[in-house]
Amino acid sequence: MLSALPTAKVYVTLKKGVLDPQGLTVQNALEALGYDVQEVRMGKYLELTLADRPREELEADVAEMCEKLLSNPVIEDFRFNIEP
Amino acid sequence: MRFGVVVFPGSNNDHDCYRVVEDVLEEPVEYIWHQDSDVEGFDALILPGGFSYGDYLRTGAIARFSPVVESVKRFADGGGLVLGICNGFQILLEIGLLPGAMLRNQSLKFVCQYVNLRVENNETPFTNQCVNGEVLRVPIAHNEGAYFADQTTLEALRANQQVVFSYCDDAGRVVEEANPNGALENIAGIVNDRGNVLGMMPHPERCSEEMLGSLDGLKIFRSMLAAAKAPATP
Amino acid sequence: MVEPAITPDTIADHGLTEEEYDRIVELLGRPPNHLELGIFSVMWSEHCSYKSSKSHLGKFPTEGPHIVQGPGENAGIVDIGDGLALVFKIESHNHPSFIEPFQGAATGVGGILRDIFTMGARPLASLNSLRFGPLQIPKNRYLMEGVVAGIAAYGNCIGVPTVGGEIHFSEVYNGNPLVNVFNVGLTRHDRIFRGRADGAGNAVMYVGSKTGRDGIHGATMASEDFDETSEERRPTVQVGDPFTEKLLLEACLEVMEENLIVGIQDMGAAGLTCSTSEMASRGNTGITVDLARVPRREEGMSPYEIMLSESQERMLLVAKPGQEERVREVFARWNLDCVAVGEVTDDGLLRVTDDGRPLAAIPAVALTEHAPVYERPLAPPDDLAERQSLDLDRVYIPEDCSAVLLELLASPSIANKEWVWRQYDHMVRINTVVLPGSDAAVIRLPGTAKGVAMSLDGNGRWCWLDPREGGKRAVAEAARNVVCAGARPLAITNCLNFGNPERPSTMWAFAEVVEGMAEACEALGTPVTGGNVSFYNETLGTAVYPTPVVGVVGLLEDVSKHLTQWFKDEGDAVVLLGPASEELGGSEYLAVVHGLVRGRPSIDLGLERSVHELILKAAGEGLLKSAHDVSDGGLAVALAEAGFQPSGHPLGCSISLRVETRPDAALFGEGPSRVVVSCIPDNVQRLQGLAEEGRVPFTLLGTVGGEDLTVSGPDGKPLISVAASEAKRSWEESLPGLFERPQERDFDR
Repeated sequence: MLSALPTAKVYVTLKKGVLDPQGLTVQNALEALGYDVQEVRMGKYLELTLADRPREELEADVAEMCEKLLSNPVIEDFRFNIEP
Repeated sequence: MRFGVVVFPGSNNDHDCYRVVEDVLEEPVEYIWHQDSDVEGFDALILPGGFSYGDYLRTGAIARFSPVVESVKRFADGGGLVLGICNGFQILLEIGLLPGAMLRNQSLKFVCQYVNLRVENNETPFTNQCVNGEVLRVPIAHNEGAYFADQTTLEALRANQQVVFSYCDDAGRVVEEANPNGALENIAGIVNDRGNVLGMMPHPERCSEEMLGSLDGLKIFRSMLAAAKAPATP
Repeated sequence: MVEPAITPDTIADHGLTEEEYDRIVELLGRPPNHLELGIFSVMWSEHCSYKSSKSHLGKFPTEGPHIVQGPGENAGIVDIGDGLALVFKIESHNHPSFIEPFQGAATGVGGILRDIFTMGARPLASLNSLRFGPLQIPKNRYLMEGVVAGIAAYGNCIGVPTVGGEIHFSEVYNGNPLVNVFNVGLTRHDRIFRGRADGAGNAVMYVGSKTGRDGIHGATMASEDFDETSEERRPTVQVGDPFTEKLLLEACLEVMEENLIVGIQDMGAAGLTCSTSEMASRGNTGITVDLARVPRREEGMSPYEIMLSESQERMLLVAKPGQEERVREVFARWNLDCVAVGEVTDDGLLRVTDDGRPLAAIPAVALTEHAPVYERPLAPPDDLAERQSLDLDRVYIPEDCSAVLLELLASPSIANKEWVWRQYDHMVRINTVVLPGSDAAVIRLPGTAKGVAMSLDGNGRWCWLDPREGGKRAVAEAARNVVCAGARPLAITNCLNFGNPERPSTMWAFAEVVEGMAEACEALGTPVTGGNVSFYNETLGTAVYPTPVVGVVGLLEDVSKHLTQWFKDEGDAVVLLGPASEELGGSEYLAVVHGLVRGRPSIDLGLERSVHELILKAAGEGLLKSAHDVSDGGLAVALAEAGFQPSGHPLGCSISLRVETRPDAALFGEGPSRVVVSCIPDNVQRLQGLAEEGRVPFTLLGTVGGEDLTVSGPDGKPLISVAASEAKRSWEESLPGLFERPQERDFDR
């Protein structure tokens, strides 16, 4: 029963100030459609299905995964939440 | 001079680097599988281009955890010459042997074309056969080649003359129109502060034979040979 | 699990006719179950069975002294001496690319690469031939951007250079873009592998990616017309994983080098079903496959889904006895699944079991050789005479031919395609001697002095006007391109893109094209080693032009003697080899400037062959500095293009031209068998002598040099005078301009 297991939802985005040509392209496109959009930042979204372990351990693990592999601290920030 | 070419599962310029060393330089060369950790007896290591692990997460991100990487780091710490080309450069950034990071090309498109490179520092083991200000014609082929570093890092790179190649026009002027990917200040290649590790986006192995249209890349390999023969004091 | 009942609706949903169903019952001696029906439906689909085209394809010449493998295998093979052989093939991925351009094109590249390395060859280079509707329509830009990015993503990642191809635009491709991909690989004669399951008792092994629900009924999708609902079928499109394919490529070549396998086949269209039945059928054997052992990506997959899945990057191989463990080790090193899923048997049956429980048993040949073959009715289109009539008296002669030249150079079908090919890694593996942009790409063969020249060509417009002559000209032009690189054409592969074969006019055009191509192949000494037929390129009743795309490979014994299309030095003589044709029918000029697609193209194949022989002889003697085929846009465009070298300032030339009928026809007519060459003035006489010997018309046109491209008529009156740099700008800026005008963007996809 996969659905009962905890899921980490991880968001990796470019740091403020780092040029994001993908985001810019989407922004231009939205503006061309007539929407008033101040900024678009594009990032990555990952869903990790984890083993059922204490919350604190999971939080520490996921943070480590983000630092070690999922993001590059030179250009990217990350945040995540674990559900349920 | 004994070269080692590091092979990750998705490397695809490994064979090209190998052939240039063997056929053009006529020096001994061996492949080093990413699962191996023995880099004893090599005088220089090449991290070739390609898509080390498909690069689905980030270029070079996963390669960093291969056993060979620790050995490459030790080799570099011991003063050995390490040349990272394209994806090899991206890996050198990910493993921290060089400062900065790579962003997606500003055009959001893969770009394969000849570019002009201005030699900014010929006092490295990779450029001693060039003159400063010289313009080399070397191809690029990448999707994520826009070099990025924060202001402090950039200032340090400039202060130590670690920027080795800049994208320039035919006349050697480093101008925005000559920047093929949006790299910060047209940076195409940098060395570490000790000068024994070079990362560059352009591919010198693709222009080391007359038949392929340019011999300029050979100057980089020849420089490495010259450096090995008369080791410069860093 | 409840077995779905077989009703007339189920049969129709599987794209099978009542007669076909009756034939299945007859072949089995009983009604099929649901899984068996699914297996028959994909194997008997147009895509897998060639049921409408088979009776015509037999007309192609397929034998020759250097042909090692003709049609019927994963790819064709030609001998190039010294124990080496070239393996090559073209495939279409038209339907998947329309539904999802990026993944459709990417998986097309993945598929053609597997066809090449499954035969034991390392892929050397890829080409592609693309057709889209006009780029003024946003949807077409979206399709083209996606297709180009998909080809780039796959080829660049796996590290096989994409070295050229061709792209044309016309309204008829609006609802049906064509995406044809070609690859050529290099192997040794002692390392050729085929898709055969030999040796009862040998293990059948599954290698590569896991099986998911991708692309189920992709083969039947490629066998239907499109309508408004087609775009909703996205889930059936497969997703490519070039990184896994790179691993698969290296692992397969390794087990081949160690000689561990008996046979191997890609799981492409119709996946496990097609690979098992074809391998058994070719080996006159049977195969038993147990689905419980098939590696799966998703839970709860039914046997039907596993057998019909088109998940990418998978292969089926038959191991040599006792080598199973070693095969497993090699694939494990590359981190790939490798599982014995069954064995070769001697009863001729494809047996499917699930943990030993029998699910299906079908004679393998019932799925392959005994698939239905149709003699579809043929009839020329009602308006053929109208298409072919061209009253030139009603076509005005432009005042300013310089402006026409600039307009043609900017026409997307002619304009510079660098916007496209700079997205392709065309240099990886450091063998690309002639970069994209010349008539043919040239690849050196490592470890030898030899080189391979290759080209793709096709002209749907000509085939719409006269399919037989158009078919001939497609072969002639592709071969001529290779000759212009100084290489001798060896063999061809082809991709035949047509509309609905149940329409007699489509089938008539198909039959005519095939016969025309066959005649040209005979005349030019280039047998057919295989190819691909893509029918049902039709949306809401509008079909594409009959579009055969021909891939030619040619050999240069000494690659350093290759030619390119570009003028080299000022002062060189410019010569036209071939007839001084003024044929306007079917030209890009008539279409672009006059909005007319009319006329009746023709070709003299004997003269074509003589032109090839002349150029090869002259190139062999080192007389030529450049050679450029006269094609889209005619002589004027060919002269301009010859001046657009890849780097540096463009070269002009001054030309004087005889005009027999009218200047636009002399300048922009697209009569075949013509090549513009340049040489030092001292060689002109020798070249003329060779031309006379070879009975090829010879015309000294003028001289290379100057800032301008000038063409003067018989009375010395200037017909064209433009700065070469202006001409180049118009040719260079056209495509980027069409893609990079954001204000025109429209996001209605």
